[in-house]
Amino acid sequence: MSDTPLDRAARATPPRVARRIRGLSDRAIAWIFVAPTIFLLLAVNIFPLIWTIRLSFTDFKANRSREVEWIGLRNYERILTDSDIWLTMQATAHFLFWTIFFQVLIGFTLAWLINKKFHGNDLWTTIIVLPMMLSPAVVGNFWTFLYQPQIGLFNYIVEFFTGIPASSFQMIGDVALAPWSIVIVDTWMWTPFVMLICLAGLRSIPDYIYEAAEIDRASKWRQFWTITVPMVLPFLMLAVLFRGIENFKMFDLVVQLTGGGPGSVTELTSINLKREAFEKWRTGYSSAYAIILFVTVFGLASIYVKALNKVKER
Amino acid sequence: MSAYSITEPSARTKWVAGVLVIGYALVTILPLVWILMTGFKSPSDAISYPPKVIFEPTLEGYVNLFTTRTRQTAEYLAANPPQTWYEEIVRKYDMVIAGPSRYGERFLNSVIIGFGSTFLSIFLGTLAAYAFSRFKVPLKDDLMFFILSTRMMPPIAVAIPIFLMFRSLGLSDTHLGMIVLYTAVNISLAVWLLKGFIDEIPREYEEAAMIDGYTRFGAFVKVVLPQAVTGIAATAIFCLIFAWNEYAFALLLTSGNAQTAPPFIPTIIGEGGLDWPAVAAGATLFLLPVLFFTVLLRKQLLRGITFGAVRK
Repeated sequence: MSDTPLDRAARATPPRVARRIRGLSDRAIAWIFVAPTIFLLLAVNIFPLIWTIRLSFTDFKANRSREVEWIGLRNYERILTDSDIWLTMQATAHFLFWTIFFQVLIGFTLAWLINKKFHGNDLWTTIIVLPMMLSPAVVGNFWTFLYQPQIGLFNYIVEFFTGIPASSFQMIGDVALAPWSIVIVDTWMWTPFVMLICLAGLRSIPDYIYEAAEIDRASKWRQFWTITVPMVLPFLMLAVLFRGIENFKMFDLVVQLTGGGPGSVTELTSINLKREAFEKWRTGYSSAYAIILFVTVFGLASIYVKALNKVKER
Repeated sequence: MSAYSITEPSARTKWVAGVLVIGYALVTILPLVWILMTGFKSPSDAISYPPKVIFEPTLEGYVNLFTTRTRQTAEYLAANPPQTWYEEIVRKYDMVIAGPSRYGERFLNSVIIGFGSTFLSIFLGTLAAYAFSRFKVPLKDDLMFFILSTRMMPPIAVAIPIFLMFRSLGLSDTHLGMIVLYTAVNISLAVWLLKGFIDEIPREYEEAAMIDGYTRFGAFVKVVLPQAVTGIAATAIFCLIFAWNEYAFALLLTSGNAQTAPPFIPTIIGEGGLDWPAVAAGATLFLLPVLFFTVLLRKQLLRGITFGAVRK
């Protein structure tokens, strides 16, 4: 224990007097301050989670009030053997991989360039950051306008730069191009996020390390790979973790942009879940689906965090 | 030490970097600028091809956004001359303004629910963060991890039991229900961020205040809060942005009464013609406050985002 005046005074105070110090005791304050938050979390996070787990073992349908039957693991069986669900997972995996790939590539490059501290970089950084502040649903909605086959700006610009005639392709209606249309919009929105985190990482590298490397006549290339990359890696991995979790849950943007179509080629897991739960009203089934998704994300994230902590300790 | 640093990038490097970044920034802002422009085009200009950069601006889109209109016969139109400038715009299409659209209501709902949940999140969050920071609350570390793991659930998944809960509690489609829900979703992040900010405030200040006779609570209010203001502001911005932009819960749990703007804006499309200027206008108005605050408060925002990353 430290020996500050406060501690000495506290030790000198007889217990009876100490208890009479006015105001609520620390314990009372701690509990009063924490209780509402805990209560809210219990009521809106924990309790529904338990309810979902219970529901997942039943065949409850929320739009009918007939008898609910306990059917054990049958929902889980059905989901894990359903080939459509695997297609959904594939669509989600494609989305996850490519969005993270491009966002890391472009985000890191941007951060590296911005770190060169050219004149006026604050202004342009702010502009780059704007898309990620927007409502994904509204963004998805107005990008349908930009992607319109006959009148959209996107096709026009592609034709302008590459000569491919604007009327020869459509982003949203085409089975092959639709998955890329959502990757493009998500990258547009979230690259700034990866960039910001990488920038924080780059800025945390002290100058003297580079100076020492310069003195040792290390080439810029070598410096990049032995200093910059390892020190930014934890930040980059963190950005990937956040983006990965967010894009696994992705709903708003894609539902507005493609509705999961054409067909179900861009139907991500959340969109599929919404259909099962709120259109087909297979509540018990979709509860099991939700639990499976949660366990998947949680499991993958835990493994990833362990790897991340190892990287940080280096 | 001389002013010249051997690690400072050369002027040429800076120039190239600048050009590339500015190029990216311009490309990235193009969609936003386009939507802004579309809001001021007439419906025929909006769908013309090649896309028009020069056009005659009109407020049609905005008028259509805020009104519902009906078509009327020629006699009716002749008998009721337009009284206002916006009525005149609508007359060009042989239509008459029948009343206000739902957009204003939805926008207002977004404001109410957004600020309501932010206020509640900050209020409860700051208290809890202080307690976690200063006291030994049992299971503190487990709790924090657990709190973060709740963010891994897809909102749709969470919506299933919440939907049932709200239905039986009578909270479906109510402002209160949505405020409580958004607060509960935000509070884990809010407590995590705020705890980090409060951790940075040295305890000596409160201890000194308490020696001077302040109660713990008094020290909290008089000493800790003022120093935590920037952290609180950064956290508040995040909470507000989340609630403002939220779509999935609003879509599934609200309909007529408490519906916010994001689920509503796609429905502005209207029948026939596809009223793109109105949709663009609706999107613009909704996105503008966020853009404005982002630019205004960018330092706090940036601090908040990178804070979460650096602290882990």
